Amino acid sequence: MTEGKRYEILDVTADVGILAYGNDIKSLFENTALGMFSLIVEPEKIKVKEKVEVKVESRNIEDLLVAWLNEILFIFETQEFIMKDCSVSEMDERHMIAEIRGEHYNPEVHPRNVHIKAATYHNLEIKKSNSGWRARVIFDV
Amino acid sequence: MAEIFRKIDDYRWEIPVGYKPGMRVPGIIYVDEKLLEVIHKDQSVEQVANAATLPGIVKASLAMPDIHEGYGFPIGGVVATDIAKGGLISPGGVGYDINCGVRLVRSNLKKEEVLPRIKDLVQILFNEIPTGVGSRGKIRLGRGAEERAALLKGARWAVENGYGEKEDLERTESGGCIEGADPDLVSSKAYERGRPQLGTLGSGNHFLEVQYVQEIYDEKAANAMGLFKDQVTVMIHSGSRGFGHQVCTDYLVTMEEAIRKYKIELPDRQLAGAPFDTREAQEYLAAMRAAANYAWANRQCLMHWAREVLQRFFGMSPKDLGMNLVYDVAHNIVKVEDHIVDGKKMKLAVHRKGATRAFPPGHPELPSVYKDIGQPVLIPGDMGRNSFMLVGTKRAMDETFGSTCHGAGRMMSRHQAIRSAKGREIHRELEDMGIYVRASGRESLKEEMPEAYKNIADVINVVHNAGISTRVVKLKPMGVIKG
Repeated sequence: MTEGKRYEILDVTADVGILAYGNDIKSLFENTALGMFSLIVEPEKIKVKEKVEVKVESRNIEDLLVAWLNEILFIFETQEFIMKDCSVSEMDERHMIAEIRGEHYNPEVHPRNVHIKAATYHNLEIKKSNSGWRARVIFDV
Repeated sequence: MAEIFRKIDDYRWEIPVGYKPGMRVPGIIYVDEKLLEVIHKDQSVEQVANAATLPGIVKASLAMPDIHEGYGFPIGGVVATDIAKGGLISPGGVGYDINCGVRLVRSNLKKEEVLPRIKDLVQILFNEIPTGVGSRGKIRLGRGAEERAALLKGARWAVENGYGEKEDLERTESGGCIEGADPDLVSSKAYERGRPQLGTLGSGNHFLEVQYVQEIYDEKAANAMGLFKDQVTVMIHSGSRGFGHQVCTDYLVTMEEAIRKYKIELPDRQLAGAPFDTREAQEYLAAMRAAANYAWANRQCLMHWAREVLQRFFGMSPKDLGMNLVYDVAHNIVKVEDHIVDGKKMKLAVHRKGATRAFPPGHPELPSVYKDIGQPVLIPGDMGRNSFMLVGTKRAMDETFGSTCHGAGRMMSRHQAIRSAKGREIHRELEDMGIYVRASGRESLKEEMPEAYKNIADVINVVHNAGISTRVVKLKPMGVIKG
């Protein structure tokens, strides 16, 4: 996506969510991931040093989005890999392959803002309009 | 907005059947006029009505005065389903942090002995007790037999491995170990997340707090709990960490399929569940119980280390220090319990999501020390105000499936809180109030600042006056560690 906002933050009483935008479905998925990680650590503080390949499967496009976000949160938590950037190389409604780029998480270098624990199905929405794609995701924190 | 409700009495408001299509029972919210204003600000009332559509739901979709918007179910909700009639088991009715809960530890110390050294004490607790994201526990759970034992035995496993005393177990809800856990029904992802995190506090609203007893309301119950005025206590709020989160995440996917398979229509995806006697429901219950046991083992280990720190810090023997567990309660769980509904004994699956069990005096599940007074009910407040100890009542058993509130309840979103705290130094403000805080997350203190929550005293007023649990003591924080 070259113009306009990639994502914005939504307020929910106990939690936090994002609205993400994309010219196509791949960039929508990329921007949702960027938006989610921007809540965790300021992107400027992260360097690209390593990359990880991510494969995700699900039943439909909404569930695929939740599964993708939960997969990269899982990688963050278990491999302590913090993402700065990503690209989706292949995808259809039920499968996707992506590369996430970033570095080893170091709390000294990467002060954490919000601790997102999961992407939820709550008020989950993916919409296509003339101007492109939009997704709404609420996180458990 | 007020016309949605029918006022039952000063502390109960009903959302009648018919407010939303598909409601099988009414919604009942325990709240007074003052708090009623607050709860309109989010989706929580709609969520109480949505939960009333659940197959097998009995009596009412209940909400406590600390209610706020959750995913699918509101936080502060109680939903009981009839297991004989295909009552739904819903992971959303428990939440992500399975068996998030609270425990209170007493001591023989008095406030005056701790206050002058509170900064040093908090700093040592902060160093010794793993907090925050990615924090790793001092325990490395061995793969296979060891981790299975922890999931099957919960706090019992912890005590058998030297983290605490046998007496702690009888003062823990369910003895710190819920039967029917099956470690084979937990995904490898949950194991991977859970292995390094056992014995860690976690982030968000989790905390360990050094407090003192500020006021006593019920002398007899306070005596039974070994509590007295100006006594120092330690409160721990934590749950099942990444392990429980992964169990919830995994089974929400399972339940999405189940609602299609069993043709269950629900107004919100996050309510998804399966009838009690199906494979999906039974598997979730077995995995949820493993996560509940993980959480009990976790709080048991955290308490053990807090005891060790205080023993060293004050140079006292365990006996002189007298740090005994008063009680431990779960506030995110589903349990099969016996209840009497319309004069008939029934087995119900009671989902408490941000609600605390509050069993009355004489209940068979209570340890003998609390048989006369009722179950201790621990309600933590925000870090600037108070926490409360209450006891369960017969009225709770009659009206709310033996349940009450679980905390103050958020009023501001986390982002709103961070915004309104911009430029402020929350730890300094708290220090001015005599509360010394250490947190590992940069924004944790802003997110969790006192104004982000309802006033706990208002919430406690409602449950006390409604009679679903009654006040025993009020606790005041002196020092807090947070993730």
